[in-house]
Amino acid sequence: MPTYEKILLKNMETPGYTGDLAAYERAGGYQAVRKVLAESTPEQVVDVVKRSGLRGRGGAGFPTGTKWGFIPKDPSVPKYLCVNADESEPGTFKDRQLIERDPHQMIEGTLIAAYAIGAKVAYIYLRGEFALGARVLERALNEARAKGYIGKNVFGSGRDIEVWLHRGAGAYICGEETALLESIEGKRGLPRAKPPFPAINGLYQQPTVINNVETLANLPHILTRGPEWYAAIGTAKSPGMRIFSVSGHVKRPGNYEVPLGIPLRELIDEHAGGVRDGHRIKAIIPGGASAAFFTPEHLDVTLDFESIAQAGSMLGSGGVTVMDETTCMVWAAYNLMGFFHHESCGKCTPCREGSVWLYRILGRIEHGEGRPEDLDQLVRLCGNIAGKTVCAFGDAEVAPILSTLKHFRHEYEAHIQQKRCPMHPNVLAMAAH
Amino acid sequence: MNMAQPVSHALSDSAKARITDLFPRYPDKRSVTLAALRVAQEEQGYVGEQAMADIAVLLELTPVQVYETATFYTLFALEPVGTYVIQVCRTLSCALVGADPLIRHLEQKLGIGVGGTTADGMFTLKNVECLAGCGAGPMMQINDEYYEYLTREKIDRILDDLRREGKSSLASGPFLIPLETA
Repeated sequence: MPTYEKILLKNMETPGYTGDLAAYERAGGYQAVRKVLAESTPEQVVDVVKRSGLRGRGGAGFPTGTKWGFIPKDPSVPKYLCVNADESEPGTFKDRQLIERDPHQMIEGTLIAAYAIGAKVAYIYLRGEFALGARVLERALNEARAKGYIGKNVFGSGRDIEVWLHRGAGAYICGEETALLESIEGKRGLPRAKPPFPAINGLYQQPTVINNVETLANLPHILTRGPEWYAAIGTAKSPGMRIFSVSGHVKRPGNYEVPLGIPLRELIDEHAGGVRDGHRIKAIIPGGASAAFFTPEHLDVTLDFESIAQAGSMLGSGGVTVMDETTCMVWAAYNLMGFFHHESCGKCTPCREGSVWLYRILGRIEHGEGRPEDLDQLVRLCGNIAGKTVCAFGDAEVAPILSTLKHFRHEYEAHIQQKRCPMHPNVLAMAAH
Repeated sequence: MNMAQPVSHALSDSAKARITDLFPRYPDKRSVTLAALRVAQEEQGYVGEQAMADIAVLLELTPVQVYETATFYTLFALEPVGTYVIQVCRTLSCALVGADPLIRHLEQKLGIGVGGTTADGMFTLKNVECLAGCGAGPMMQINDEYYEYLTREKIDRILDDLRREGKSSLASGPFLIPLETA
């Protein structure tokens, strides 16, 4: 199996590593931010991150340094940094591990980012269910505060950077960056129309950057080892390491840190141990539930933003779900539609109403009550949702349906013709919400 | 319907203090809404009308501003629930490795359906969407703890532990998978 130097997972995979502040510092932690505060201007930090080519790890893959560059320079304007730790994309479990096992790595990245954009306050928006993560982060923040790394005059730099934990309360949509802002403001998590973009008008109407946990965890390493080092890993347009969460029908599900650009086949077969014995791969979701399904024909696609997009899906959150030949594709699409139906925030009519109908139609097909005209109806409905909503949720919810219809249309037709699920003849009704 | 209305309690002074302690973290008190609802739920087991009214006073909001936020988020129970709220992940990755039969097992074991609470008020059973435990599924959350790599036998032991001792040593610790890399 090809092996790569671990960057983000290095500390936590070292036997005996506890993740507390002393352990993090013994491993070289907090040196990067210390140096940055003493020797670099915020503009220089932005420049380094731009040159590294780092792209956001939350899903959209937007260049991090460019995002920071949109923040106005006026020092009299309050600015905010929000850490998106609302990890909720089905199939994704990397940020949870980064938080629970090495919280200071992310906190150091948070301090660097806050300095770069001139934010005096950062909020870590942690998904509500992560109670253990909340305990770990609170402890880590208190350790850092006691040392003078957070709060007034951090590291004796004369700068104030506060970092507060803000816990969510169970709503997938709050991972969408403007819904996250609404949620921090104490409101329902409804995405805002853009523009204005958060860089101009974000939290409390002030310039705001929202960065993902994994994105921030990269920063100490980029600042320590230099942008050229980072840019040389991965591909030219998708540089760096990426943590892929692999789940489903593989022998060794887990989080694997590999350079961007390795083939999907290598990730599944070499790192995750391959599909379970005696079975063969039928479908793969390469980037979380919002990404279109792939088939075994796509196993040689490389895992970088451009190649995955060109092949018709998206790298997204890095959540890779593998399904073998025992999996009914209608059932899988129905399962995910249950998720999207439950999580639609209700703001935009096409998504709020459309998700109900998609869920119902898929349900009746799976349960043997589908009608011949249902497949065209599904496609029409999807066309009335994608691109017609305030946020990307609309595009996400149709991806599993359109891609399974494209690659596995015969399975849908078989359900309708046979008036049952051919693969799960005794399918249990997926629990209603 | 002739159901007894839950008694709605006022927030205690200590709960109010926990809430007001958070004010300095934000430029706007309304930002404390989620944390305040969480405090109320921790103290009373659910978020009742009186607690929301008390939060509104503290945060200088109208009661409906608190209520509309509370109803958006699935972690807030607006009615009393069991001592232990069992939330089993039903989303794809867990479903692929057998979440559904385990949900049926829990229903049989507890004698309730999904959404129900046992007669002794001990357990409430719910389905939830992805909890970011996908590689360690099937999995569930009970109150603040995650339980992963579930089997029927493991579930039985967890429920027995909770009944007997109020906690279970089978709860997940800090996440790291695959485990052999640790």
